[in-house]
Amino acid sequence: MSALRIQQGSTSHSAYDLRDYHAEVIEKHTLAVLVDNEAGVLARVIGLFSGRGYNIESLTVAEVNHQSHLSRITVVTTGTRDVIEQIKAQVGRIVPVHEVHDLTVEGPSIERELALFKVEGTGNNRIEALRLAEIFRANVVDSTLESFVFEMTGTSEKIDAFAELMRPLGLVETARTGVAALARGSHI
Amino acid sequence: MTRQMTGAKMVVQALKDQGVDTVFGYPGGAVLPVYDEIFQQNDIKHVLVRHEQAAIHAAEGYARSTGKPGVALVTSGPGATNAVTGLTDALLDSIPLVVFSGQVPTFMIGTDGFQEADTIGITRPCTKHNWLVKDTDKLSETIHQAFHVATSGRPGPVLIDLPKDVQFADGEYTPPAKAKVSHYQPRVKASIEEITDLVALIEKAERPVFYTGGGVINSGPGASQLLRELVDATGFPITSTLMGLGAYPASGKGWLGMLGMHGLYEANMAMHGCDLMINIGARFDDRITGRIQDFSPNSTKVHVDIDPSSINKIIRVDLPVIGDVGHVLEDVLKVWKSRGRKVADTSAWWEQIEEWRKVRCLTYKPSETVIKPQYALERLEALTKGMDRYVTTEVGQHQMWAAQFLNFEDPNRWMTSGGLGTMGYGFPASIGVQLAHPESLVINVAGEASWLMNMQEMGTAMQYRAPVKQFILNNERLGMVRQWQQLLHGERYSSSWSESLPDFVKLAEAFGAKGIQCSDPKDLDDAIMEMINYDGPVIFDCLVEKHENCFPMIPSGKAHNEMLLGDASVEGAIKSDGAVLV
Repeated sequence: MSALRIQQGSTSHSAYDLRDYHAEVIEKHTLAVLVDNEAGVLARVIGLFSGRGYNIESLTVAEVNHQSHLSRITVVTTGTRDVIEQIKAQVGRIVPVHEVHDLTVEGPSIERELALFKVEGTGNNRIEALRLAEIFRANVVDSTLESFVFEMTGTSEKIDAFAELMRPLGLVETARTGVAALARGSHI
Repeated sequence: MTRQMTGAKMVVQALKDQGVDTVFGYPGGAVLPVYDEIFQQNDIKHVLVRHEQAAIHAAEGYARSTGKPGVALVTSGPGATNAVTGLTDALLDSIPLVVFSGQVPTFMIGTDGFQEADTIGITRPCTKHNWLVKDTDKLSETIHQAFHVATSGRPGPVLIDLPKDVQFADGEYTPPAKAKVSHYQPRVKASIEEITDLVALIEKAERPVFYTGGGVINSGPGASQLLRELVDATGFPITSTLMGLGAYPASGKGWLGMLGMHGLYEANMAMHGCDLMINIGARFDDRITGRIQDFSPNSTKVHVDIDPSSINKIIRVDLPVIGDVGHVLEDVLKVWKSRGRKVADTSAWWEQIEEWRKVRCLTYKPSETVIKPQYALERLEALTKGMDRYVTTEVGQHQMWAAQFLNFEDPNRWMTSGGLGTMGYGFPASIGVQLAHPESLVINVAGEASWLMNMQEMGTAMQYRAPVKQFILNNERLGMVRQWQQLLHGERYSSSWSESLPDFVKLAEAFGAKGIQCSDPKDLDDAIMEMINYDGPVIFDCLVEKHENCFPMIPSGKAHNEMLLGDASVEGAIKSDGAVLV
């Protein structure tokens, strides 16, 4: 029957989704939402999440197509399988929303986040911070005699890991962009 | 062909081009230019309500009884905030409305100007979509788009916020035919696989039930016709939600009556015991399902809905069919016929249903001295049967009794606030219905408490000579609240009396209408006939039994097969975990 039809490419690891629909497992999904770039569209999407009690782990938005005034919203959300399906359906029916893609189930995808870290310190801490930054391929974008600002791009996990290492070395401030994501491959 | 005109003129021109004949509204500073244009033409009738909430409910009544979008016009600030309840009501019941609100001029937005409110922000979650128009050149196109959005897919209310300078400024008018096509085009045809799967289920079901809702009504009269054809040809039983009454005639042979919290025993038991549930245009509302875990445990469930977000929202279904009810029914009938009109033997199922019917769940204890509310509605039904009749209701016990005891043979004849449960809805809605159907009998079945919430609309009814009949079942209580306090809160009747009620007869007379009071069952028939025959608005103050409870009832947190049938069965019926539910 239609409801039981198995979607191809349902997880990034398997070609088929064989998970139990009723499982109460909380999953993390990255959604790409293509919207008309009109006033208030972000408020509509966010309002839907808060109004219906859905989670937002991260959110980025910017215009990606100037000719057709389309913006891309990337939302990382968590919920049970049923809740994630509801979120997609609810977002999909917002009038200025053109497309909703669940990058987590639609096939392999790349996710990147940019972060800035301000690390204060002198002596060995300062040297250690610089050494670790090199290992993580973080760039120094600002420097004083007592501080660095590192810039780093990577997955959220990599940024978390770097932040964890910097904390004892004098991390005082962090800014993160949230996740931007695209499906791998040539298709759109 | 484009033309230059002011924004205000554009509003009126666009309404004409969209085929609008009636606008419900209330003027104020920020919409004066539009009112000025309305003054200078005769094609569109403006109905002056007495409160903006009533404008929206009247537009809903108009929309629900005609199938056309209702249109309302309010001013900025308080005008718009007063409209919020009506917009939410229309959103939850999927009623197409196009509402215009005035706004302070664009250069004043954000300055906390006089009568400024963030109308777009406030109405964003209670409309299907809304627009702030900042450029007069874009106004006409936005209005056409608004009508498209309100009426396509799952219908709903939309709002256009009009800054005053945009109304004054000149711009280019784009007629509907020239407006650019919206990307918003919800799918109306279901896939052939879905249709075929549904037909295969119909062919082999032994204990089937159709469970239909407001989606059938919203799909138009054609959908109701197709539903009748399918139900009668298959011989399957059918029940409906509160919102869907009339899509299938109450006199039809498949009819089980309404289902749900105060639905009929046979309807709920059929839902619980069926092997195939075909949900057509309903949404598994919590008033319908009772306890989710025990909802119809042994059935294959099909859900036909135009809104994909309704699928699996509450109840996981086996076969979702996404499409417009009318299109789906047409395709199902076509495929089912072409495959030889096969159905399994459902006679044992019908025998079971007959057993359930013998419970006679609507039985109440009659009285010779006091008017029982059920009796009042039975008499209203008997005396208006066959008339060109429209019924609206307020919200509460009277609403449930009306749904149980009045019979509807056609769609768009029953207009009630289902999803939001808005007390104060019925009276203004009845005015909207009456103005759309000037020659018909329009009755608002009300409770005295609900009715008082928008009683100022007596002025509107009188001004426009809308001969609406306000049939108030007056128990001097907030009946449903009282019933719940009796069942759930140890009979502590906190604030559920209607104290200091007006003399409804004198109230009617104060407005120049007719007032009738009736308290003796023996006088009831004559009094109802007097109400029907009076050419003008009537307030009928029907003094009824004060402590009557509405049964059957599925208590909160219980399943369909755990209905309470009468006062004898209520003792300790609702557990504390059910009490937290509404």
